[in-house]
Formats: sequence, structure tokens, C-alpha cells
Amino acid sequence: MPLIDRTGWAVTDPWVEVETLEELPDGQAAILPAEVFQEHRHALDGRNAALGVRLPNDQPVDEIAPDLHRLDAVVLEFPAFKDGRAYSQARLLRQRHGYTGEIRATGDVLQDQAIFLVRCGFDRFEVDAHTAERWQAALRRISVVYQPGRDDSTPAPWRRHARRAAE
Amino acid sequence: MYRYDEFDQALVNDRVEQFREQVNRRLSGELTEDQFKPLRLMNGVYLQLHAYMLRVAIPYGTLSANQLRTLADVARRYDKGYGHFTTRQNIQFNWPALKDIPDLLSELAQVEMHAIQTSGNCIRNVTADQYAGVAAGEVEDPRVYAEIIRQWSTLHPEFSFLPRKFKVAVTGCREDRAAVAVHDVGLRMTRDDAGEPGFEVLVGGGQGRTPVIAKTIRNFLPKRHLLSYLEAVLRVYNQLGRRDNAFKARIKILVNSVGADEFARMVEEEWQAMPDQELDLPDGELERIQAYFAPPAYHDLPDDPPAYAAWRRHDPEFARWVQANVAAHKQPGYAIVNVSLKPHGGAPGDATAEEMEAVAELADRFALGEIRVTHEQNLTLPDVRQEDLYELWQALAHHGLATANVGLISDIIACPGLDYCSLANARSIPVAQRIQERFADLDRQHDIGELKVKISGCINACGHHHVGHIGILGVDKKGQEFYQLTIGGSADETASLGEIVGKGFAYDEVVDAVETLVDAYLEHRARGEAFLDTYRRVGAEPFREKLYAAD
Repeated sequence: MPLIDRTGWAVTDPWVEVETLEELPDGQAAILPAEVFQEHRHALDGRNAALGVRLPNDQPVDEIAPDLHRLDAVVLEFPAFKDGRAYSQARLLRQRHGYTGEIRATGDVLQDQAIFLVRCGFDRFEVDAHTAERWQAALRRISVVYQPGRDDSTPAPWRRHARRAAE
Repeated sequence: MYRYDEFDQALVNDRVEQFREQVNRRLSGELTEDQFKPLRLMNGVYLQLHAYMLRVAIPYGTLSANQLRTLADVARRYDKGYGHFTTRQNIQFNWPALKDIPDLLSELAQVEMHAIQTSGNCIRNVTADQYAGVAAGEVEDPRVYAEIIRQWSTLHPEFSFLPRKFKVAVTGCREDRAAVAVHDVGLRMTRDDAGEPGFEVLVGGGQGRTPVIAKTIRNFLPKRHLLSYLEAVLRVYNQLGRRDNAFKARIKILVNSVGADEFARMVEEEWQAMPDQELDLPDGELERIQAYFAPPAYHDLPDDPPAYAAWRRHDPEFARWVQANVAAHKQPGYAIVNVSLKPHGGAPGDATAEEMEAVAELADRFALGEIRVTHEQNLTLPDVRQEDLYELWQALAHHGLATANVGLISDIIACPGLDYCSLANARSIPVAQRIQERFADLDRQHDIGELKVKISGCINACGHHHVGHIGILGVDKKGQEFYQLTIGGSADETASLGEIVGKGFAYDEVVDAVETLVDAYLEHRARGEAFLDTYRRVGAEPFREKLYAAD
């Protein structure tokens, strides 16, 4: 699966995903299931490479909050396109916990979600080649937003009044 | 009423083009029906028994005459010449071809209309009191806040894939014409001890197979916190609402399972943890939206002018129409006029293109060009001079739109039922029509007084039977249509769920059974009592006795 960034650019994936502590490669960025990470969090102190976790969408982000400073990536899941729990997880990570590392969307990710995902704070996306190709156009498809988000768009209510103030 | 600026317009135009692409991807096979389904639903396109159906949003039920004319044009060009006004103050077209829908939406966009979030598991079209702005005793015009919620909820990045649909209603006064107690979130404007306006927040109401009256989770929410508090409610729901069973996925199930107090605590905790003021609107935005809903420049008119009183005396038919269809306006000399879309023998809420055009023309002539759609599937002209009522009534009558039955037994809410809907177990519209026939005598209807009959063709309760004074639920019993009756439901400020009276009735028996319930009421009513009052005083027993006396 190609990995793209917010703008739809293909990026190399430096991460390997492993299921257990034993499989964890030395000196290479790796993603562990959140559950495994939590169980062995002390054993991972002083690890010599970047670490990320994969958080199921029925698990509260609060559970990994104390460790966010040592996590370079959080992978959030879309088991089905219509299951929107991970949007709240991403927003909580960014908004409440001030998380600045990578947030990756994985699973059933379509171009039709692009704006929503980016606005909630996701910045890496595992998508098929076809979706990757259309990502940029999909992001530009809707030119107006009404709510504050994590992208660069100024919401319409603020644009209205910025314009008035400038006049 | 609210008008789009360039931002509102650009978003709607963009959404039309986005949907055009999505339709093309479906038609070319790039999208599977499974993938296309949530996308089309979020833009109001359902697959019904015979064809696709398009539901167009009428935010908080407010329409301009020009918009209504466009709906008439759409009905004629893309449908079979009519549309169906719904219990969410929207309009549905039952026969458009999928390939035509993008063009249809493009035509609607030109008059500031869309189908965004009229279905799907997202925040739906926000509804409000149809008398907003013209009712006496209002704290504030609820449409101001409904419009703020409309904008905030449109393509919300976090809440577009909820466990299930999410419906919000707002009322500006104590009288509740918006049925806030049977909504996922109901907002009732109120004042705190210092006289500041704000909202009582109700949550977890709903109908369907698990009817619930909403619970108050906050007695007073200051206005400026409206959006952040709603975000907190939605965020708790988005994370914890059930997704394993569509029938248990509404917020009411979550609220019932954790308890209203615990749910309120979770929302409060979520809300307190939010960055302060992030969602407060910029200075001037509330005022900008309020200005669109400022009252028109009313003339200084005498209340109940002599000519109006004289027409009522001389023309009993007019007087009867006034009694049922005309409501008090906050401004002396003005009136609120309800246009019944429940002519005897018609389908409740249906309007032909010609009827829509007639109402639009009369709204321009007599009512400052504005129309409201009610959740009881009628139309309202909110600002009519009392001195014009007689002429307006004659014109409405000319178009067959002066049925004097608003709030009476023939003013029935009914879902499309087995004739149109793939979910239904039984017919709804023909039952409504038979009740209308049985009670065709308007004098008899007026004598019976206020009586809300609501019919659903299946347990999903689109016809609101749980909150009907008389509720009729169609069920399937060994392949036969059967109807279960409830009494005592209400969706107003005294909201309650109806109770089942007993065993059901066959299609051929149900109208007799309704008539028997009415007879029981007439036998027991005290002076001045409506059906619901009598039921609340005497209980269900006298009704049961009469209904099952022969058993």
C-alpha cells in the first residue's frame, strides 16, 4: 500500500509493523499494538529507534496519553469507511494532548474522506494507488469550511469578519 | 430569512460537483454500491422500493417563495409533478433518475438549496418551531441558532460518520411545536436567573423501535457555548455509541445504558477539557445571522379589524377555517396562516407543482414572500395581515388548499408505508385516507376538536405514531397487515409516549376502531377538554372497555 502525506505526495514508509516485543527490530522505526506497548512500556525505555503504536478505534486515547511524548507515530484504524471513531481519536490527540507526532490513517480509506481526515489532524494515509492519485483533487474539491480544523483553511465565519475588518 | 453569502454558496456549489463525480464513479463501477451508499446517503439519495428518492433540505423549515417555485419546477421536470413534505420539514422527490440528480442539485443550488446531510449517519437537517419569529412569548428566534448549527454541522470533519443519524431541534419558547423531546438533541431556549438567554439541553429522545422521551442534561447553557457543548455531546456519542447493531446505535440507547446523569457527567468532562473558546463565533457573526431574522417592518394595524370580524360572522366556512388554520401572531393586526396539505383523500404532505406555485404566489401577495414547512407536514404563511385573510382564504380555496382541518382528526401524519417504502409492513396512506373519509364531515371534526392521529407502516416509526394522541402502527401478522393502536402520545411541551390499548386490528377494522376511540372520548369528555386531556384524566381503561366490549 502506498503511503501518502497530507497533500497526496507519496512518501517512503520508514516504519515496520510488528505484533510482539520479540519481533521489534533493533535500530529501526517500528510500530507496536498499543496493548503490547502498554504492557511493556518500561521495557521499552531507552530504545534506540523511533516507536509508534497502533490504537484500535474502541480504545480511548487517554490510555496512551502519558506516553505520547515518546511515541513518534500513532496509527488509527478505519475497519470500515463508515466507522468514524478514529476521527475523534485524532482530534483528541492533537487538540487535547497536543500531540505533534505522525497520525496515520489505515484501513478503508477513500478519497471522499480526505478533507475530514486532514482536518482532524491525520497526516499520513495508507491508501491504494488509485486513491493516492486522486487525493489532491479531493482535498481541493470543497473550498469552504465552517469549523476550525487542523488544516490551513480559515473557517467561513472568520473569513467573513476578517474581510469586514480589512474593509 | 437567511441568505447565502459567497462562502455558503461556494460550499453548496462545490458539493454538487463533488457529488456529480461520486455518481459518475458509481455509474462507471469504480465505487461499489457498499462504498457509494454512505456517500449518496450523506447527500439525501435513498434507494426505495421503485426508484431512487431524493430528500432536499429545508433548513428549519423556512422557504422563500422563489425557492418554493424552484421546488415546483424540480417536481415537474425530474419527478411526476409532485413532491412530498416530510416530518423533518424537508421535501422528498420519489422518482428522479440517479444520473439526473447532479443537474437537479445544481438547479437547487441556484436558489440556495441543497440535499446535504438529509440522510446518512450524520447530523441531519436542523428543525425548529414553524412559528419562529412570529409566536408570542419567544425568548429569541430559534432559527438564528438553527442556522448556526446548520453551518457548524455541515461537512463536520469529526462527526460525518456517526454510529447512526443525529437529529437536532430548537424551540424558542415554552410551547413546543418542534417536538424537541423526541430528538437526539433538543434545545429549548430559556433564561437564567439573571435574565440571560440560553438553552435547556435535552438529549436521547427518539422514536423508532425504542421510543424515549429525552432527558435534560443541562438546565441552562449560555448561548456562546452552544457549539462547544454540542461538540462534547457528539464526541462522547461518536466514541461510545454502539456500532454493532443499527437498531441500538442511536444516542438514546447510549444514554439509557449509562444513565442520563452519568451521560451528563461524561459530556461535562469532555466539555471542560476542550480548549477554551475555540468554537466561540468571531465577534459580529451572531449579529450578522440575527440580522437576517430581524422582524419585518410591521405596520401599525388594529387587532381584529371590523371587516375581518364581519367576514367571520357572515361566512361560516371562513370562520371554521380561521378557527382551525389561523393562529395568533405576536403583532396586532397580523395572523399566522396554516395551509393544510391534508385534503381528504390525498396523501398527507404531498403537494403538486401547481399547488407549490400557488402557495408561492400567495406568499408573495399576502405574506412577505415567506413560507414555513411544519413537521406535521403542512405549510405555514407566517406574516399575513388579518384584513387580507378573507381574500387569501378564497384564493387558497380556489386551489383546493383551504381544507379547514389543521390540528383536527383528518390532519394526519403518515409515513409513505407499504406503497412506497421497502421497510414497511403495512400500508399507511390508505389508512389515513379512510380515516379522512370516515370523518369527512368538517362539523363533526370541529366538534371532536384537537386530535392528532399519526400512522407508521412499520416499527421504525417515521409516521411518529408513538406521539400521536391516537397512534397507529402497521405490523405484519402472518403475512397480513395488522394495526396496533396507542393512545395518549404527545410531542409538545407535555411530551409523552402513547400506551398500547390492546390487540391489533386488521386493515378493514382499523378505521372502526379509531372511531370507537373517538366515541369513547366524546362520552367521557368534560367541558372544553380535548382528546388528550380526557385520556390524561380518565386513563386508558374507558377506551379499552369500549374498544373490546364485544370480546
